[in-house]
Amino acid sequence: MPSSVLPVAISTVELTKRYGEFTALDRLSLSVARGRIFGLLGPNGAGKSTTIKILTTLLDASSGSATVAGFDVAGDPVEVRRRIGYVPQLLSADGALTATENLVLSARLHGLHGRTRVARVNEALAFAGLDAVANNLVRTFSGGMVRRLEVAQATLHRPEVLFLDEPTLGLDPVARKTVWERLRQLRQSEGMTILITTHDMEEADVLCDELAILHQGRLAVLGAPEELKARVGSDATLADVFVRFSGAVLDHGGSFREVRESRDTVRRLG
Amino acid sequence: MSPRLEFFREAAAVADAEVRKLRRDPTELLSRAVQPVLWLAVFGQVFSQVRGIPTGDLGYLDFMAPGILAQSILFSAIFYGIAIIWERDLGIVHKLLVTPAHRSALVFGKAMAAGLRGLVQAAVVYLVAIALQVHIRWEPLPMLTVAAGVFVGSCIFSTFSLFIACIVKTRERFMGIGQVLTMPLFFASSALYPVELMPAWLQALAAVNPLTYLVDALRGAMIVGGTSVHTLGTSFAVMLGVFALLLALASKLYPGLAR
Repeated sequence: MPSSVLPVAISTVELTKRYGEFTALDRLSLSVARGRIFGLLGPNGAGKSTTIKILTTLLDASSGSATVAGFDVAGDPVEVRRRIGYVPQLLSADGALTATENLVLSARLHGLHGRTRVARVNEALAFAGLDAVANNLVRTFSGGMVRRLEVAQATLHRPEVLFLDEPTLGLDPVARKTVWERLRQLRQSEGMTILITTHDMEEADVLCDELAILHQGRLAVLGAPEELKARVGSDATLADVFVRFSGAVLDHGGSFREVRESRDTVRRLG
Repeated sequence: MSPRLEFFREAAAVADAEVRKLRRDPTELLSRAVQPVLWLAVFGQVFSQVRGIPTGDLGYLDFMAPGILAQSILFSAIFYGIAIIWERDLGIVHKLLVTPAHRSALVFGKAMAAGLRGLVQAAVVYLVAIALQVHIRWEPLPMLTVAAGVFVGSCIFSTFSLFIACIVKTRERFMGIGQVLTMPLFFASSALYPVELMPAWLQALAAVNPLTYLVDALRGAMIVGGTSVHTLGTSFAVMLGVFALLLALASKLYPGLAR
């Protein structure tokens, strides 16, 4: 079914974020249909993480509006939070807790109790393929295991929309493909809408139904991967599309904090 | 489910996770026990010989033991903010803030965990005090009062620490500010000497310092022959009031850690 006739899961209208004189996000308008995997691409500092932070209610927009799962992120943030899952770029599973304890904490904070909680935690462990190490401390896990746990943690309450900020950053090819597999599964079995930011062109190409490339806070181009490649040339790759629309030939590399966070994540993944 | 029950369930979830972490790594508890041991065993024993500080019918070691208990609570809880900044740097704060849990429940849960940690800290100070033959009251009600004081005191100083962490946001800045805050709080209280001995300006500071009220409540409840200047009702009302204020402020600032 074409996106235009599907119900909308995420919508932004003229969404803008300014920090003093600096505009991190400049009048972004887009809409993501329910059940789609949508990719946000762009060089560091393009506004991808800012967009995700606004949509997940972590950050207030300076102007414009956004709705997620039918609720306004500024007006009904708690209703939005009930309906979303979030995997931050940083490795956010608590290494000092076991896999089960991490899941139980998330479940309790999402209001899951009693038998429902036990059942969902067990399902999540099975989904992440972590049953055998459920009671091991997360700090002993590989990067791929941590990411699988985080996806399971973020989807424990069966959210309508899942946000992932560079979920495969620093993972080896096998772990990366396992994460993709889990995301496809979620879309298929739960009809979940997934918004993902990535630097990885292969990931964007094989996983996403639709892409938006951001450049200096603005929407540079929007479309399906095949459509975008066709616009650049008959044998163009997604990397060509990225260079063409993001002007990333001389990438300024993002802020010090963003680069440090990316490197920290890669370092923690070993 | 009523919002109040939801709030307590969310706070209990956070506190439970914190306590599990603490149980697995008790090294911090042990290292934090060194300071009160030194204060009581070295400073306390020397000053009890000097008899330079008028403490009425109480021996100086008896007088200062509640002060050192309060100090160990303060010093342990005030660095709670470092852990919060660490959680921010790891993205744990972001993940907690994306859940529908009340922001104040997340902060309250952290405070509860600090309160439980404070009780373990108090047990260590009690052991040292027993070894130094401090005259401790063992009746259930005074002991319960000490436990309640330690719990509320830990909640106050850990929430204060979280509040500061939300403002400074980096570990380096926090370390500097943590040192700057703890020493004035300690010296502007009745932990080491009676408030009456202080100059007027310091007495004014002591009157608005929650540590003064904690020490005062502990002194009456913990030591045989110990007396409190304020009633228990006043001390606990002040402490709970300060905690409520800090909880409101920290809950307001906590989401800013994810920006």
